Amino acid sequence: MRLLTTAFAALLALPAAAQDIDPGNWEAVLAEAQGQTVYWHAWGGSTTTNDFIAWIGDRAAEQGVTLEHVKLSDTADAVSRVVAEKESGADQDGAVDMIWINGANFAAMKDQGLLFGPFAEQLPNWQYVDVDGKTVQTDFTVPVEGYESPWAMAQVVFIHDSATVDAPPKSATAILEWAQANPGRFTFPQPPDFLGTTFLKQMLIDLVPDPAVLQEPVGEDYDEITAPLWAFLDELTPHLWRSGEAYPQTGPRQLQLINDGEVDIAISFSPGEATAAIANFQLPDTARTYVLDKGTLGNASFVAIPYNSGSKAGAMVVANLLLSPEAQLRAQTPDILGYGTVLDMDKLSDEDRAAFEALDLGIATLSPAELGPAQAEPHPSWATRLADDWVAKYGTN
Amino acid sequence: MDDALDLRDVRITAKGVPLLSVSTRIAPGHVITLMGPSGAGKSTLLDFVMGGLSPAFRASGSVWLGGQDVTGLPPEKRRIGILYQDPLLFPHLSVAQNLAFGLPRGPDRRARIDAALAEIGLDGFGPRDPATLSGGQAARVALMRTLLSGPRALLLDEPFSKLDAALRDQMRRLVFDRARAAGVPVLMVTHDAADAEAAGGQVIRLG
Amino acid sequence: MLRPLPLLTAALLALPVLAGVIGTLLPALGHAPAIGLDGWSLAPFRDALAWPGLTEAALLSLWTGLAATLGTLALLALILGGWHGTRAFTALERILSPLLAMPHTAAALGIAFLIAPSGWIARALAPILGLSRPPDLLIVQDGLGLSLIAGLIAKELPFLLLMSLAALPQLRPNARLKTARSLGQGRMAGWLKAIFPGVYRQIRLPVLVVLVYGMTNVDVAVILGPNTPSTLSVQVTRWMVDPDLAMRATAAAGAVIQLALVLAAMVFWVALERGAGRVHRFWVWCNHGLPERPLRLAGIVLATIAAGLVLFGLASLAVWSVAGPWRFPDLAPEFLTLRSWMRHGPEMAQVAAITLLIAGLSTLIALALTIGCLEAEHRHGMTPGSRALWLLYLPLLIPQIAFLPGLQSLLLKPSLVSVTAAHLVFVLPYVFLSLGDPWRAWDPRYARVAAGIGAGRARVLWQVRLPMLLAPVLTAAAVGMAVSVGQYLPTLLIGGGRVPTLTTEAVALAAGGDRRAIGVWGLGQAGAAFAPFALALILPALVWRNRKGMRNG
Repeated sequence: MRLLTTAFAALLALPAAAQDIDPGNWEAVLAEAQGQTVYWHAWGGSTTTNDFIAWIGDRAAEQGVTLEHVKLSDTADAVSRVVAEKESGADQDGAVDMIWINGANFAAMKDQGLLFGPFAEQLPNWQYVDVDGKTVQTDFTVPVEGYESPWAMAQVVFIHDSATVDAPPKSATAILEWAQANPGRFTFPQPPDFLGTTFLKQMLIDLVPDPAVLQEPVGEDYDEITAPLWAFLDELTPHLWRSGEAYPQTGPRQLQLINDGEVDIAISFSPGEATAAIANFQLPDTARTYVLDKGTLGNASFVAIPYNSGSKAGAMVVANLLLSPEAQLRAQTPDILGYGTVLDMDKLSDEDRAAFEALDLGIATLSPAELGPAQAEPHPSWATRLADDWVAKYGTN
Repeated sequence: MDDALDLRDVRITAKGVPLLSVSTRIAPGHVITLMGPSGAGKSTLLDFVMGGLSPAFRASGSVWLGGQDVTGLPPEKRRIGILYQDPLLFPHLSVAQNLAFGLPRGPDRRARIDAALAEIGLDGFGPRDPATLSGGQAARVALMRTLLSGPRALLLDEPFSKLDAALRDQMRRLVFDRARAAGVPVLMVTHDAADAEAAGGQVIRLG
Repeated sequence: MLRPLPLLTAALLALPVLAGVIGTLLPALGHAPAIGLDGWSLAPFRDALAWPGLTEAALLSLWTGLAATLGTLALLALILGGWHGTRAFTALERILSPLLAMPHTAAALGIAFLIAPSGWIARALAPILGLSRPPDLLIVQDGLGLSLIAGLIAKELPFLLLMSLAALPQLRPNARLKTARSLGQGRMAGWLKAIFPGVYRQIRLPVLVVLVYGMTNVDVAVILGPNTPSTLSVQVTRWMVDPDLAMRATAAAGAVIQLALVLAAMVFWVALERGAGRVHRFWVWCNHGLPERPLRLAGIVLATIAAGLVLFGLASLAVWSVAGPWRFPDLAPEFLTLRSWMRHGPEMAQVAAITLLIAGLSTLIALALTIGCLEAEHRHGMTPGSRALWLLYLPLLIPQIAFLPGLQSLLLKPSLVSVTAAHLVFVLPYVFLSLGDPWRAWDPRYARVAAGIGAGRARVLWQVRLPMLLAPVLTAAAVGMAVSVGQYLPTLLIGGGRVPTLTTEAVALAAGGDRRAIGVWGLGQAGAAFAPFALALILPALVWRNRKGMRNG
């Protein structure tokens, strides 16, 4: 009945004294965090992530922090909550203490001054973070500046059922040809869903001659740069699942479609998702993953703390926990979550490094070498613009 | 002490239209019968005497009981019992609980209820479900329930019309005998001339 | 003491709705200082109108709402006219009544699996048609919203049926039908000519509730409705939660457009009623009959399908919740396992406790207010006019999407209390409607008899009236709890995600598509709604097992 009692606690909670703590003084943070309840607003559509967050909650409880996972169907829900609170002047003890965030949501919140920080680089476990090898200090080209703390690396992979597809298509052109040869057996999540927009970006990167142009904000040459993408989609859409008249609303929904034999290929932002899904009967054990010939997009998942959280210290304790080698190892364990770690193996103790090396990634997970280097995320303005234009062209007729 | 039920210049109007006017005095142990066609306001008068006149009606005049003006009292303070054509035993209570409902607080409740049951020939019926009683039995329990509450007056609203002929005579006799024995004034409304005849008292015709 | 209660209750129903609508209207007109809009402008409307899918989404809302309402009403007429008073009808009534308690979300999730090209029906047909892969057919979330309409009809039929059955006795249908038939009318023609108009007059407001819900629901439309584009209310909800602040004004404008659309649909509906009345009178005047046999057959078949959709949908949730590997075209999983229950069960049970707590609290308050109002009515002879009835229906007739965003800023601090308060606005009307008739039907002579033997008003209420009305009071409580358990938008928007209930969790999971988790949560949700009904049936029977007079009311 922990949830119940905290619901009561929330009911009776008095506005906490609004004095921001100094992230540099970790002793004080720990002391302040005692007894705090942290409402972590994180996407709740995947049962494996939910289980992982529950496990983090158990660890947090050991440090005197109660963690509640508020399951979102869309991260924007939490953002708009904070916005609404700011509108009405609820500048203390807001509903959201921590958000699983990156990309456009982060850019918007940082821009609006809705985030607490900087705090990330003062966390004790920051010492292990791989700041050189992994893109943890910029988020979709936006400088992080300590306003969010990384906890997982993600990279685009494609999942396919090896029982029905022996040579999966490894480029935009190949995907188009494959879809034409296998009408109705390919789809992608519907933009503006995060993963659907990712598919658009991935295809754009694959189709433009020089992806470096995407690092700049959208400019006047937008039409010119994206022309190959729209030509590609114009040809692809009629051959999609349901002829493009309906789309899965989220990424995991595609897994059900593969399991039902409705489609054969799905896009995922989590290299270990297929392995975990096989373990949970959500995919046949013939499912495998692959990446495109030119490589795939990668980015980091972060947690950020809203400016009006009443449990900032507790949230920092949780953010720090997420960076602990123990939690990172668990996140990377394929049948648990299968997310890439943000830690630098060279900075870990021998014992921890050995534990990471001993991980069996699972039948459907690619090794870091097979994954290859991650392509950089375009500036967030691309995602917004691509999603809007996709909705206008394909999402409303 | 005057234990009579006294209706003084009672006039009832419905939306400004005069419905009835009554002025009468019922001595303890006596019965006065009000007769009239339906719509004449017989039951409305009983409501007024009880203290629960519907707001659709306006009344003037007063009700006196035992030398006291009870017009302003709430119904439960007037101690005027009422019997309808249906026994209206509370279906969720046992026979004994029904009898105990109005019995004033005091010692030996159980003994008094058992004795009351014996008096109406229903010895041992205390724990029974009222729904299992016959019409006559239920009517007797209803009468006894009212008498046990120690009423200062008794109102009867078409009390015997649902009983079959044989039972009707029996119940009339029982009700009037009991009322006389208890020394309470009785006001009865009916459209059955035989009721009035059995009551033996004054008859007032309405409408 | 009870005298001010009706006024208080009226305020409780009307104020949140009115304040909410105003709170939505202001940002729609460009007045929302906190997001940097402090002028007055029509820009939010221009933005909403500039969204390329707006016309289609609006038409879709209008079409699905009207079609679902007309469809439900037509089916209602077919089964009432064709079968009322028969044994088949009694059986159907017994199957349909409990479905009233079924939350919309759970029903929609079940139906979605049932009718999908890879769903149970397709799997049953696969061996006959020789399918090894599901056909690429757009059935669920089709562009015309047909599956959405079907889902709404299946879910709303029990509601209108029960409302009709409550209204029927005073129309003395058996006598009227006998008269009609003795004058040479067929069974259905006689029923529809002599009785149905009376029924319709009684269920007019519930029909409008169905119309509004059909046009503006979010939870069913998200699961069964089309997405390219979706219905307007779904799009407005999306705008409302967009990270771009300016979109909140667009959302408000969209909500106002939605409200206008609903009002227009109501006007259209009233015109339709007039037209239908004229046609009906002409039909009666000409003394035309009906093709009785085919229509009766259609009625019973369609009603059975409607009930079957919900029931088999529920069964599919149950099977998925214990499914091991299960692929198309297998009719059943390879093996059954309790893994999903062990994985999701404990958390689901915790959320169920919160859900039931909110439902219990809001229902308790609603019951107290309802009983207080009804008792005030009884004691002080206050007679509620038809205006009071409209007021009671107000929160059900103004689309939730049009006033909840505004209400959100009023009840800002998300907590159990604010969510309970928001639920109360929707629970109260249903509790009142459910308890009002049996309460008023209670024989007031019991109160006079009791007063005559010395019982004061309070004693009459607590020791006579409430015990005698135990069954209807508990039924009203169960209705209230089921309504609360099923609330989606109020919980989501007022609770700010901080107060999870079975419904918000189930809808969130629906997006993820993990059918095993959906099965566990969907069953939990259905269970939370059904359990109070079971108690409402069992408790009075148990308490009054030795009281024959307490059966059947």
